[in-house]
Amino acid sequence: MNNLESRSRKTIACKDGALAVLVWGTAIAITGIFLWIAIDVTWHGIGQVSWEFLTTEPRNSGRDGGISSILISTGLILAVCLGTAVPLALGTAILLAEFTATHNRFGQWVRRSLDMLAGVPSIVFGLFGNAFFSITLGLGFSILSGGLTLACTILPILIRTIEVGLRSVPDDYRLGAASLGVSRTSTLIHVLLPSAIPSLIAGLILGMGRAIAEAAALIFTSGYVDRTPTSLLDSGRSLSIHIYDLSMNVPGGDNNAYASVLVLLVLLLFINSTATGLSKLWMHRSI
Amino acid sequence: MTKTSPATSSISSGEANFSNSYLVTRELSLSYGDRLAFEDVNFEVDRGEIVALIGPSGCGKTSFLSCLNRLTDLFPNCRVSGRIQIGSLDIMNPKIDSIALRRQVGMIFQKPNPFPFSIWKNIAFPLKEHGIKNRDCLDEIIERVLRDVGLWDEVKDRLKSSALGLSGGQQQRLCIARSLALEPEVLLMDEPCSALDPISSGIVEDLIASLRRKYTILIVTHNLAQAKRIADSAALFWVQNGSGRLIESGPVEQIFNAPKHSITAAYASGMRG
Repeated sequence: MNNLESRSRKTIACKDGALAVLVWGTAIAITGIFLWIAIDVTWHGIGQVSWEFLTTEPRNSGRDGGISSILISTGLILAVCLGTAVPLALGTAILLAEFTATHNRFGQWVRRSLDMLAGVPSIVFGLFGNAFFSITLGLGFSILSGGLTLACTILPILIRTIEVGLRSVPDDYRLGAASLGVSRTSTLIHVLLPSAIPSLIAGLILGMGRAIAEAAALIFTSGYVDRTPTSLLDSGRSLSIHIYDLSMNVPGGDNNAYASVLVLLVLLLFINSTATGLSKLWMHRSI
Repeated sequence: MTKTSPATSSISSGEANFSNSYLVTRELSLSYGDRLAFEDVNFEVDRGEIVALIGPSGCGKTSFLSCLNRLTDLFPNCRVSGRIQIGSLDIMNPKIDSIALRRQVGMIFQKPNPFPFSIWKNIAFPLKEHGIKNRDCLDEIIERVLRDVGLWDEVKDRLKSSALGLSGGQQQRLCIARSLALEPEVLLMDEPCSALDPISSGIVEDLIASLRRKYTILIVTHNLAQAKRIADSAALFWVQNGSGRLIESGPVEQIFNAPKHSITAAYASGMRG
């Protein structure tokens, strides 16, 4: 009896140990890979990055000079993308979460379409954007086409995260507000949306991350031109395309490619922490 | 006094006042899809009474309460039939302003559900929704209702901190204060003490008893001793033939000491349910 007990105890300890090794191993492997990339990029890129690099236009196909025009184009594309996607996503998510029942056929179809769209490769969105925005709507290769195409690529993920966020707000709040005679609109604006802010921010971070790292969808829509855009209808080169071009098509462009990747990484970290900070600030203020 | 009235054929559909009692239901039934939650409830309550709704779980007490402020409008697949009158209001009239109705008929839930706002804003937010925006006016109402529920001395120094930091009993009293601020005539309470510890439960119970005569209160409770202590009258719901029914209603003394129905006798004495 005693022998049996100690054996089963040993087995349990063994299993626990194996699980711990597995969990820690996975975590360390993932962090390790990211750190390796980050250290490599910083090692090669830090020498090139300077105020001058950020504020001068690229010369000699990007081998020399900086990335000022690239940063401006990236910012404009991102602004168009978020300016279009966020209101659309918010509206759709509210419709799905608050105004359609879970088993409503229309809602199910919208959800299924979104889940499928979320898995569509971005190159397909690029071709769609080229056909629809650049050619059919006549926007050509422009920041506007690129931003709108990016908006399409991030819409599914934005809508679904915001919807899940709204659905996770406890029904207690909805019933409580209704029983106090608070209208549905006010409940949405004052109670539900503020409670869903963290998931909204999470969706925004995921969407922005995807948008800023996107190259395939932009090659066909916002184009390649590396000078500073003068309007939204100008072509402009985003940071990720610049990196792709420097490393694949421009011999001798590696140094500036590293530097651009470093800038992109810092930018992503900055966006991430600002968004998280904003959501904390909002939660605090809504009290 | 509360009594189960047989549905009389003299009720014509256009009549707004079909009884002298303050709150009346006639042949009230509710179903979720195909499932009948309760049916044929005929019930009368006088103004200022505290009425305890008792009976085992799943016999339709909470659903019955939710009909009275039309909260059932929010439940998917929910269908209500029959008639409800509160004061001179015909609750089942589809044209009734549910926002105004819910201001008149407040509701307290089983689980305290303050909004994730500050204590102050929890009470101010619904008031603002109903058009009271003056800051001094709001402060005055908030202090008054917090005193009414005995919470003022406990929270007056931290009105701006989150209501979620309060204890369960304090949260429930805040929710009652939030309802009282709208000056309702009827309060519907769905097991308001069941999620609280015995001491908080006692405090909330005393608070409810102190509201007698000022408000008409319908309280669902599984605590028979509590029902005996605070209610003027009681109504027993029971599941019969797969749906909830009102078995017997009347003064507390009748229900607990001289019940007319055998189920009431068995339930009230603790033999069943």
